[in-house]
Amino acid sequence: MTTAFTEETRARAREIIARYPADRSRSALLPLLHLVQSEEGYVSPAGVEFCAEVLGLNKAQVGAVATFYTMYKRKPTGDYLVSVCTNTMCNVLGGQEVYDTLSEHLGVGHDETTEDGKITLEHAECLAACDYGPVMTVNYDFFDNVDAQSALGVVEELRAGGRPMPTRGARLCTLKEMAVQLAGFADEREGAVADGGPGEPTLRGVRLAEQHGISVPGFDPNTPIRSKEAEAQK
Amino acid sequence: MTTPRPETLAKLTPVLTKRWLSPDAWRIGTYEKLDGYAALRKALKAHPDDLIQLIKDSGLRGRGGAGFPTGLKWGFIPQGDGKPHYLVVNADEGEPGTCKDLPLMAHDPHSLVEGVIIASYAIRASRAYIYIRGEAVHAARRLRSAVQEAYAKGYLGRNILGSGFDLELVVHSGAGAYICGEETALLDSLEGFRGQPRLRPPFPATHGLYASPTVVNNVGTIASVPYVVLGGADWWKTMGTEKSSGPMIYSLSGRIANPGQYECSMGITLRELIELAGGMQPGHNLRFWTPGGSSTPLLTAEHLDVPLDFEGVAAAGSILGTTATQIFSDQDCPVYATYRWLEFYHHESCGKCTPCREGNYWMVRVYRRILAGQGTHEDLDTLLDTCDNILGRSFCGLGDGATSSVTSSLKYFKQDYLDYIEGRTAPKLSDKQLVGAH
Repeated sequence: MTTAFTEETRARAREIIARYPADRSRSALLPLLHLVQSEEGYVSPAGVEFCAEVLGLNKAQVGAVATFYTMYKRKPTGDYLVSVCTNTMCNVLGGQEVYDTLSEHLGVGHDETTEDGKITLEHAECLAACDYGPVMTVNYDFFDNVDAQSALGVVEELRAGGRPMPTRGARLCTLKEMAVQLAGFADEREGAVADGGPGEPTLRGVRLAEQHGISVPGFDPNTPIRSKEAEAQK
Repeated sequence: MTTPRPETLAKLTPVLTKRWLSPDAWRIGTYEKLDGYAALRKALKAHPDDLIQLIKDSGLRGRGGAGFPTGLKWGFIPQGDGKPHYLVVNADEGEPGTCKDLPLMAHDPHSLVEGVIIASYAIRASRAYIYIRGEAVHAARRLRSAVQEAYAKGYLGRNILGSGFDLELVVHSGAGAYICGEETALLDSLEGFRGQPRLRPPFPATHGLYASPTVVNNVGTIASVPYVVLGGADWWKTMGTEKSSGPMIYSLSGRIANPGQYECSMGITLRELIELAGGMQPGHNLRFWTPGGSSTPLLTAEHLDVPLDFEGVAAAGSILGTTATQIFSDQDCPVYATYRWLEFYHHESCGKCTPCREGNYWMVRVYRRILAGQGTHEDLDTLLDTCDNILGRSFCGLGDGATSSVTSSLKYFKQDYLDYIEGRTAPKLSDKQLVGAH
C-alpha cells in the first residue's frame, strides 16, 4: 500500500468516488488524477499507484489514462503553468510571437519549467476565447489580448513573487491548488467565485441590442404546455 | 464606427445572452428574480412526454455542431425499460474558434442547471453529468457554485419541489483532450477511460453511459430548454428559419472591429454579422472564414450572403458547425492557417483510427515543407490523396474535420500554395522548424 499521500487527500478521494454510482467507481479516475496532481504537482508513479489502489485497478490501466490527457503532467511542474494559445486565430493575431518571446526570455521550451521552479511554459491549442485573442492563461485563468510585452510583464511579476490579476476569472492560486478545483471541489477562497465579470467582447451583441432597445417580442412566460392527455379527453 | 442599419439590428435576438448583462446572474437570488427556475416549476407540473413533444414542436436542434433535432433525440430514449437513464451535457468546448458555451456557464450557469433538471425529468433520468472542459476553470468555478446553490434550494436532490422527482447532478472536469467533445469519446472519458470514440450503432440513446440509455446534449441546447418551456414552441419559432428555429450565439473572431458574441436569429448572413461587429478592421479585406469552427470547410468573400443556418451553409458546401466564424483578411495566409489547424488535429487525434492518426501526422510534414519553400507540385496531390483516405474512414468526425480546411483551401486558394512551391512567396517557416518534415 502506498503511503505517499496525506489523510486529507485520502478523504478527498473517498468523497470523489462517492459522486459516482457504487458499481461505476472507475468514473472517478479523471478527478482522482487531478487530485494526485494537487499534492505532487504532476502524476508520479506513486500517484498512479494511489489511483489504482483506491479504485481496484492495475497500474497499467491508470497509466494508460494518465498519459492520454494533456493536463496530466508527467514531470514536476512550477507554481504557475503559463499556457499560450498558438492555434490559428491567436497565432495570426500575435500568439506565436508571445510564445516565442516568453520561451526565449525564460530559457525554457514547451512543457519545461524554469530553474527556480516558478513557471512551466506550454503552447496550448484553442482555449475557447477567440474573441479575446491572442490569449494566454496562468493556471488556466485568462489573460486576454496579450502581446509580447504584456505577457513578459505577467511572467516577471510571477517570478518576483507577485500575483497579477487575470483579465477574467479568479485571482491566481498555485497550480496544485487549482488541481483541487479540477478534482471537483468548490473554490473556497473568499470572494474568488465572484471575481471576473464578463469582458466587452462577451457582451457586444447583447449590449448592442440593449442600446437599440431590441428584444424578442411575444415572450409570455405563462404560455401553457400542451397536454396530450387533456386534449384526448376533450 | 458606423451604426448598423435597423434591419440588421433587428436580427439580434437576446435570449440566452440576456442575463449576461446582470453581473450577479450567476447567483441564485439574482437568477430567480430574472425568471429563473420558473420554467422548472412549470415543467414539473407537466407530463414528461408532453415536454418531449414541446421540444419537438419547437424545432430546437443541437447547438454543438451536428444540428440533430433535440426532441427526437429525447424521444429515442426507451421508456419503461427498467434501466437507469442518464443525461450528459457536453461542455467540452474546444473546436477552434468556438467560444460561446464558456461565457454562458460563467455568467448564467443556472440556466444550464435548470435546463438539465427539466431535460432529466423529461427523459426520466435520475443522474446527470456536466462534462466540462478541464481548462475551463473559470466557468467550472461558477457552475459548481450554481449546483451547490441549487441543491441548497431544493432544485436538485431528492423530491425536487415536492414533485417526487429525484436528480443528482455532478460537474465533471475533463483533462485536456479535444476528442472528448465527440459524444462517444466523452462517454468513455466519463467512465474513466482514454477518450476514444465508439463504433455506432449502438447509439447512446440505447447504449450510452454505462451501456444505458443516455442523452448527450450541448450546453447551448440544454440552456435553451427553459426558454422553450416558458415562451412556448410557437414563440421559439418566431426566431430563425423554418428548419433552423430559434436564436443562435454567433462567435465572431479575427479581423473585425469588434469581435465577440452576437446572439442572432438563425439564418443571418456573414455580411450582416460583420456589420453588427462594426465592419472589418481598417486595412483588412475579408479573404476567408470558417462558418462554424476549423472543422467546417472554409468559405470566401463570395459567400457573404449565405444564410447561416443548417441548410444554407450546407448548400454552400460547408457546415454550420458551432457558428464560430473566424474571420481572416488579405493579410492572412490560408496555407499557414491550414497548417496550424492541422498541427492541432495531429495533436488531438486520439490514435484509434489509422487514417486520422497517420494521415494528419504526414500532412503536417507536407505543410511544413511547403511553407519552408521546399514543397513540390506532387505535394498537393499527396494532400488531396491523404484527405481522401481520412474522410469517411475514421470512427468519428475528428478525422473528417481535419480534412475540411485542406480540401477547401486547395479549392479556393491553390495559387497561394503554388506561390510557395514556385518561389514567389517567401518561406514562412525556417529550417529550424522543418526538423522531421522530410
